[in-house]
Amino acid sequence: MNLNLNMIAFYTIVRKEVIRVLRIWIQTIVPPAITMTLYFVIFGNLIGSRVGVMGGYSYMQFIAPGIIMMSVITNSYGNVVSSFFGAKYGGHIEEMLVSPMSNATIILGHIAGGVLRGLLVGAMVTIIALSFTKLELKHPLITFSIVFLSSVVFAMAGFINALYAKKFDDIAIIPTFIITPLTYLGGVFYSINLLPDFWQFASKFNPILYMVNAFRYGILGTSDIDISYAYIVVCAFIVILFTLSFVLLKRGVGIRD
Amino acid sequence: MSALIIKNLAKTYANGFTALKGINLKVDVGGFYSLLGPNGAGKTTAIRIVCSLVEKSSGNIEVFGYNLATHPESVKMHIGMVPQEVNFNTFDTPLNILVNQAGFYGIKRSIALQRAKKYLGELKLWDKRDDISRTLSGGMKRRLMIARALIHEPELLILDEPTAGVDIEIRRSMWKFFKNINANGTTIILTTHYLEEAENLCRNVAIIDEGMIIEDTRMGELLRQLKQETFVLNLENELTEDPNLKGFTYSMMGENVLEILVDEDHGINDLFELLNKENIKVSSLRNKSNRLEELFMRLVDSKKDISEEHS
Repeated sequence: MNLNLNMIAFYTIVRKEVIRVLRIWIQTIVPPAITMTLYFVIFGNLIGSRVGVMGGYSYMQFIAPGIIMMSVITNSYGNVVSSFFGAKYGGHIEEMLVSPMSNATIILGHIAGGVLRGLLVGAMVTIIALSFTKLELKHPLITFSIVFLSSVVFAMAGFINALYAKKFDDIAIIPTFIITPLTYLGGVFYSINLLPDFWQFASKFNPILYMVNAFRYGILGTSDIDISYAYIVVCAFIVILFTLSFVLLKRGVGIRD
Repeated sequence: MSALIIKNLAKTYANGFTALKGINLKVDVGGFYSLLGPNGAGKTTAIRIVCSLVEKSSGNIEVFGYNLATHPESVKMHIGMVPQEVNFNTFDTPLNILVNQAGFYGIKRSIALQRAKKYLGELKLWDKRDDISRTLSGGMKRRLMIARALIHEPELLILDEPTAGVDIEIRRSMWKFFKNINANGTTIILTTHYLEEAENLCRNVAIIDEGMIIEDTRMGELLRQLKQETFVLNLENELTEDPNLKGFTYSMMGENVLEILVDEDHGINDLFELLNKENIKVSSLRNKSNRLEELFMRLVDSKKDISEEHS
């Protein structure tokens, strides 16, 4: 594998993705900003004032890390799935397939694009959150590493979704029926300690619970789960999803006849 | 060394359709090769396998000595492809499309910008470099795909119906461009439905039908196989009675128009001698059909006749 060639190709994909995100900012940046502002206003301000304290913090402070993580997850996923499927649909994926860049470069380039959008939106939502409440950064390394790794996981999941998708409906099914329910049930708005034993146990099969809680621990210093489990879960998903992406791309699933 | 060697290439799609039944092809370095065949013959499948866009079922492909199965990167570096359908991001600008494509081949941005200027200029698209590509005309889109295929300066250019749907003026300017880059050393493989285009540009021709190569020869050789041609004669005066043109098969297409079949036993000089004798003055003459077209139809039809006999 020619490293220099692949470095330039990787940079080209990332640059293309960033330009795309910025060019269609009204679709990529504005909607999450509005949605998350509504979450802060309705759940944080209006309902939160009646909820009181959760996990030792005000309800607004408690939900802020989860809402930030939710925006990172959905935007990392959404960027890769829409960009890669768009390239498939428009045929310009062939520009990459006829080129000598490696399959790993194609995957990493798109993941980097997804992560950058996820983190960009996450930063913006953090700024919005700071206008509603005060957030500390108790464990910066955990905060940044877990948000980055979670973003990578969902960018990869978006890539796999795009490979299998045959029509635009197919890129909405996973976010609607899997990611959104798992996010809402992943402890964004509540501590799982409030749940009955069975649902506490069931929640532990939800990977988003680990991401949200590790991120909350990084910011507030409180978590419902052991942080080391969060890293194990996230790293395991990265290895599994990258291997799957690589094998599918090599086999040409969804892109080569 | 050959630019391209295809050995026993076969492709059966998942739905069971066999597009290629073990074709063999050899394209010399610097050649201008035409791949002809009716719709669904397997031309595009063959090309897309060579360009790594379709997986082969079996067979072997070598490009400038590199095996596609073992050295795909090297093979891809040598090939530029212009597909049949528009397949660039129509929301992007021509300049971005070219520079990004160069990036995919590991070409630095500064060099990519220089090359984009060169090829967009040569293909008369430089003024459109910052326009959104979907606003380009059909001919411009085709030229943009040619520029994109050339951005990494490949030694083998594969053109899959590059002039489909463009007007005759642009088509001829594209022919001139192809001839120039071929003269400068780029090997070209062309598929086209315009047989006049193949006759004009290519030195070698392969005819593919139902997944098999039914003819693979030099263009001159192929045209020599055509032993008769049909001419249409426009006459100065109306013919009131049937002319006596012994030895020729002919028919009256109107009072001033005569259609005559000229074979290799009776040359066109013999025909004009007879016309003089009959005092028939010819104001103009033309071939009824493109020679290659006639030959192509004959080859495809004869193959069909054989397969019908066998069945």
